[in-house]
Amino acid sequence: MFIEPFTNNEFMRLSLAAGILVAITCAIAGTFVVLRGLAFIGDALSHGVLPGIATAMLLGVSGVIGAAVSSLVMMAGVSVVSRRFRLSGDTAIGLLFVGMLALGVMITSRSRSFVGDLSRILFGELLGVNTRDLILQLIALVIIGVVAFVARRPFLLLCVDEGLAKTSGFSSRLFHNLMLMIVAVTVIASFQTVGTLLVFGMLIAPAATGALFARRISTMIFIAALVGSVSSYVGLLVSYHFNLAAGASIVLTAVLIFAIAATYTEIRKAIADNGHNEHEHPHSHAGSHIK
Amino acid sequence: MSSSIDCTIKTEHLAVGYSKFPIVGDISLNMHPGELLVLIGTNGSGKSTILKTMAGLLQPINGQLKILGSAPGSLPKRVAYLPQHPVSTHTLPLRVRDVVAMGRFAHLGLFNKPTTHDNKVVENSMRLTGIDSQANDPIRDLSGGQQQRTHLAQVLTRQAEVLLLDEPTAGLDVNGRKLVAELIASERARGVTVVMATHELQDAEQANTVMLLAQRVVSIGAPEVALRDEYLRECFGFTQPH
Repeated sequence: MFIEPFTNNEFMRLSLAAGILVAITCAIAGTFVVLRGLAFIGDALSHGVLPGIATAMLLGVSGVIGAAVSSLVMMAGVSVVSRRFRLSGDTAIGLLFVGMLALGVMITSRSRSFVGDLSRILFGELLGVNTRDLILQLIALVIIGVVAFVARRPFLLLCVDEGLAKTSGFSSRLFHNLMLMIVAVTVIASFQTVGTLLVFGMLIAPAATGALFARRISTMIFIAALVGSVSSYVGLLVSYHFNLAAGASIVLTAVLIFAIAATYTEIRKAIADNGHNEHEHPHSHAGSHIK
Repeated sequence: MSSSIDCTIKTEHLAVGYSKFPIVGDISLNMHPGELLVLIGTNGSGKSTILKTMAGLLQPINGQLKILGSAPGSLPKRVAYLPQHPVSTHTLPLRVRDVVAMGRFAHLGLFNKPTTHDNKVVENSMRLTGIDSQANDPIRDLSGGQQQRTHLAQVLTRQAEVLLLDEPTAGLDVNGRKLVAELIASERARGVTVVMATHELQDAEQANTVMLLAQRVVSIGAPEVALRDEYLRECFGFTQPH
C-alpha cells in the first residue's frame, strides 16, 4: 500500500524522483522567499510565466524557453515601474502580475484545447514526467544550490538588514536580483511537474514549516527539503489510491504539515509559558487566600 | 597641524539629505586617528543622515566626503556602522553568536572560511559587550538593551579604523551607558576614529569635536566652544545647568 505503487509502476517512481527534486529546489529558493519577504513576487512570477509558456505552446517550442522570457520581462517590468514611476514595489508587482496573467489566458484562449492547455500549465503533469524532465530539474537544482551556497553570506545579510549587506561590501541590488533569479529558475524548472499555480505552494509551505523550528538558514533549507519530499511521497500515494490530482495532493499535504507543525509549536509554547508562570508564582493561590 | 593625508574623515562643504533635498549643508571638518566626533541635536536635525552618508548608504548631495582617503562605502573592512534601529529578522530566530559573527562577513567575503582568529574576534566582542552569556540565545528573545549590546558586539567584530555609531546607548541602562563609554575610549586608544550621534549632552564630554545640529550646523568645535549657552538655546531652547 505504501511502497507497491512505486515498485510496480515506473511512472510513479519517476514522479517521486521529480517531486523530491522539486522539493529540494523549492526548499532553497523558498527559504529566501520566506525570510526576505518575497512571497508576493514569488506568487507573481509563478503566474507571470503563463504568457511565455502559452506562446511557446502555440509556436511549438519548449515551454521552458517561453517561461524564461516571461520571467525576464516580468522582472524588468517590475524594476522599471517601481523605479521610473516612484510606485511601491507591491504596486509594480501587482500591475505586472495581473497584466501577464491576463495576457497568458488570452493567448491560451486562442488554442483549440484551451482548457486542457491552461490546466496543464497551472497544475502540471507530475504523473507524465520523463527522464529529460528529471535531468532539467536536476540541472536547475545544481545551479540554484551553487548560487545559494556562494551567495549565502550576502543573502543572509539581505534577509536581516539590507543596510548591513551594503556596509559589509555586498551590492544589495546585485544580490537581490540574484535571489529573484533563483526564484525565477525554480518556477521555470518546476512548472512542468507541479504547475505554475502549485509551485508557489511548494516554495512557501515547506519553507514556512522550516522557519518554525530552524535557527540557521542551512537548517531551515534542510527541514523544508524534508517536508517537501515527504509531501511528495504522501501526495503521490493519496493521488494513486484515491485518483486525485497529484500536484494538488502534494501541495495540500505540505500545507497540512505546516498546520500540524504550527499547532505543535503553539501547544509547546503554551506549556512552556504555563510552566514558567508556575515557577515564578508558585504560591500565588496561597497568597490570595491569606489576603 | 596634521596634513590631509592623515585625515580619517575629511569633508568640504558637504551637504547631506534624501533624494537631492538637503537636510544639513556646508559641513567642513577633518578627523584624525583616535578622535571622537559627537553629533548632537533633536530628532530630525540631521545626525543620522550624516552618519548614513559617511557609511555609504546615502549619496552626498553636494561637496566632498572622504573616509580614509576613499569614497564612503568603498572600504567595508575598515569602516563599521551601527544604525539607529538595528534590524534582526524575527522570522528566523538567529542566535546572538550568529548575529555578532555577521560583523566578520566584510572580511570573509564570499569564499573565505572563518579562521580561528575570526572566531576569537567574535568571542572577544561578545565578552567586551557583556553578551557572551547569552551567546546561544535567539536574539528575538532578548531585551532591547541586550539586543543593542549584541549589535555593538557585531560592530566591534569588524575591527574597523572608523566607527560610525548612531545612538549606541539607546535602550541601555546606566551600566550599559558606562560600558559604551569605556568601549569608545578603548577603541580610540588603539587609533580608531569614532563618530557618534546622540541626544545626550553628557556624551559630548570626551569628544574632540562636537557638532550641534538643527537641520544645519549650529556650532562645531571643542565641547566648551560648541556647547556654549547661546548655541544650546538655539538648538534645544534651553541651556545646561552650571
